[in-house]
Amino acid sequence: MTSTAGVDSRILKAPHPVPGAPDNWKRFFSFNTDAKVIGIQYIVTALLFLLVGGLLAMIMRGELITPEADLVDRTVYNGLYTMHGTIMLFLFIFPVLNGLNNLLIPCMIGAPDMAFPKLNAAAFWMVPVFGVILMASFLVPGGPASSGWWSYPPVSLQNPLGHLINGEALWILAVALSGISSIMGAVNFVTTILRMRAPGMTLGRMPIFCWTALSAQTIQLIGLPALTGGAVMLLFDLAVGTSFYRPEGGGDPVLYQHFFWFYSHPAVYVIILPVFGVFSELFPVYARKPLFGYPFVAGASLVIVGLSLIVWVHHMFPSGVPQWMRDVFMVTTMLIAVPTGIKVFAWLATLWGGKLRLNTAMLFALGGLFNFVFAGVTGIMLATVPVDIHVNNTYFVVGHFHYVIYGAATMGVYAAIYHWFPKFTGHMYYEGLGKLHFLLTFVGTNLNFFPMHPLGLMGMPRRVSSYDPEFAFWNVIASLGAFLLGVSIIPFLLNLVSSWVRGPKSPANPWNAIGLEWLLPSPPPAENFEEHVPTVISGPYGYGTGRPLVEHQDEIERALLQA
Amino acid sequence: MTSTPQRFFWPRLIGLALWLVLLTLLSLWMGAQVPRWLPVSASSAAPLVDGLFGFETAVATFVFVGVVSVMVWVMLFNRAEKYDISDAEPIEGNTTLEIIWTVIPLVLVMGIAAYTIQVNREIGLIGPMDHSHAPASSAAGASVPGGEVQVIARQWSWEFRYPVAGVSSTELHMPIDRRLGLQLESKDVIHGFYVPAFRLKQQVIPGRSITLFITPTREGRYRLRDSEYSGTWFAANQADVVVESEEAYQDWLRRASRLPLQPGLSEASREYAQQLSGERGSGYATIAPAPPPLVNVPGSNTLPHDG
Repeated sequence: MTSTAGVDSRILKAPHPVPGAPDNWKRFFSFNTDAKVIGIQYIVTALLFLLVGGLLAMIMRGELITPEADLVDRTVYNGLYTMHGTIMLFLFIFPVLNGLNNLLIPCMIGAPDMAFPKLNAAAFWMVPVFGVILMASFLVPGGPASSGWWSYPPVSLQNPLGHLINGEALWILAVALSGISSIMGAVNFVTTILRMRAPGMTLGRMPIFCWTALSAQTIQLIGLPALTGGAVMLLFDLAVGTSFYRPEGGGDPVLYQHFFWFYSHPAVYVIILPVFGVFSELFPVYARKPLFGYPFVAGASLVIVGLSLIVWVHHMFPSGVPQWMRDVFMVTTMLIAVPTGIKVFAWLATLWGGKLRLNTAMLFALGGLFNFVFAGVTGIMLATVPVDIHVNNTYFVVGHFHYVIYGAATMGVYAAIYHWFPKFTGHMYYEGLGKLHFLLTFVGTNLNFFPMHPLGLMGMPRRVSSYDPEFAFWNVIASLGAFLLGVSIIPFLLNLVSSWVRGPKSPANPWNAIGLEWLLPSPPPAENFEEHVPTVISGPYGYGTGRPLVEHQDEIERALLQA
Repeated sequence: MTSTPQRFFWPRLIGLALWLVLLTLLSLWMGAQVPRWLPVSASSAAPLVDGLFGFETAVATFVFVGVVSVMVWVMLFNRAEKYDISDAEPIEGNTTLEIIWTVIPLVLVMGIAAYTIQVNREIGLIGPMDHSHAPASSAAGASVPGGEVQVIARQWSWEFRYPVAGVSSTELHMPIDRRLGLQLESKDVIHGFYVPAFRLKQQVIPGRSITLFITPTREGRYRLRDSEYSGTWFAANQADVVVESEEAYQDWLRRASRLPLQPGLSEASREYAQQLSGERGSGYATIAPAPPPLVNVPGSNTLPHDG
């Protein structure tokens, strides 16, 4: 590994260590300001927490494989499900998507780095900090927070031991830090996209991934202050005895639900929009066709942002809201199906008549789309008030959002990791292991999360540590699916590690894809194009049109081949 | 696509039409399966909810299977040959299609919304969506303004009081085919009043008194579950609902009023006592369960239930 032969000369000349430079693994453990290092730091940290969150989930499914509460104590189960949700959202899915943002945004728009590199590194390093705080809550007297990731008062304000430092307080602190980190990241991503695009790259020529990242990060900037404000009031109620939400002091517990969902519903779009971006990038590459209706797909993201901010009460239909409010929020929720539908139909039209290559990345994208459409149709059911009143807070909802967050979002993230792995590590991954990972993930996801729908329809509430015997059959299937999902991680990690260490060297553009990132060497040098930023002369996804993307494209491609 | 020879046009159109007919039949069949997935329907609201859900299931099946059949088609018939690295025909968009697949879903979801608002109104007429936003003013035992039965949720037990008859119970008895008002109150945290067989659910919010109107339509024994996470013994916070004829209901009230008070059912208290005596292991610190309410009739929460 000490040989420098075959390493791009610009990598060796870089002023600070960059991915691909030999013997420079230490850069990943430092306060490095290179977006490509930070991207990998985010992704690796997130994958470690995926293992932690997944382990907690498997203990939960072990408990739920029988009706009685027999594997762990009920208090422990409640702590497990709370921490599972919190870890998966704040320490897996948000960080992993920020990792993709860091890797992809500067390269895709031809920027040398993010707009504020130090802010970027600071935002990342907060993740391990609040990760440690959250993990430490397992060790404090009284155990971790155990009131669910919603942390609804008054139950979240009950502090059995009366200590000032308790699991719930650490949980609120961790979530607040996560919010600050996300806001810092969002400022950076939005500024970078708006201010640092290559010459000629108008918004109308920007890759869809950047459109979706811009949309998602805008939601972060608008929504997070509401959650943070709500969480600070919760902390005051918990620690210093205020009564914002305490009914006995004249507070209103339902007020918290509004603060919480005003951000936490749009948060779902923060998660799914970049995954829509991944689908929009991958389908054209592997179908060898332009993205169908680019302007509509880009615009639909903005419509989704607007609508996502006015649907939050659909989480509160049984909370005691008046009938008119139920009707209004049902209609807005329904409307989101329209821009989402535009995207789904655009992807189908992109695939139609294409020349499909079903490698691992494409299989994950197709599998993710399959699961997303399933989650979409159950989402419409949940939007309609009377059906929601029946299945709200049952396993039907748990099934629905796991299809979104695991079935669609996490599979989309896997697709992205495989697709851009050669670009940022300089090595190809192994297709065999990748396809095994896909097969186990796809089967495991459906085995785990489909049975939750019939369970919810039958009336099994979510968050239970024991249940009536009539629910046993589907729970056994779900638990088997969960264990299969646990197994599915093994070929994935094996593939990542072994490919990075000794996978075949990747050319600059292994998929024959169109985009600025594919006009960089694999891995790209520290400052990407440095002072030679190409001028963009056409829109993205010109597959089959023969249109060059940038000026002097032939010369750039020739230089890459010779390097 | 555009290179399709003219002679394939009619066979393709007929194939597509056949597939749409099949898809429609499949969707209708799926919509008809809905009653098999749901608990028995035991309130006047239930058939309305089930009808809406059946309709949505049919629409959902059509959309989902429709999308998946396109995906399967392209995966089977639009694969690149092994060494073919050429691009496909570059079709970049079609505004007519975009308008079609914006307008059709828009009309569809607005149609579903209109149907749902209609169902909301119907259920609203029957009553269960009625709310009181005034803070609870009635002390225990006082007259209940909105309903005949006072439902008191605690960590972790359900208590049902019938102030007129002077009866209390940890098993909810309801007369069939009569609209009954339940006054929902919580003594500590938010709970959820959820009877799957009735298809009704309402958060029980401390500091508020919410009236829920239910018309049971089928005699039997059903499960009431706490549907809003309420702490350690949330999962064990279940009670039974007995729907019976008006005569049987009045008879039950009469007999119950003569019974002496005794501790009601509380699975949480039972498990907590086992933990204190060391019979059962314990985990992290917990709020102690409220003592079981003193009631005339503890009833049962272990008998077989219909839904």
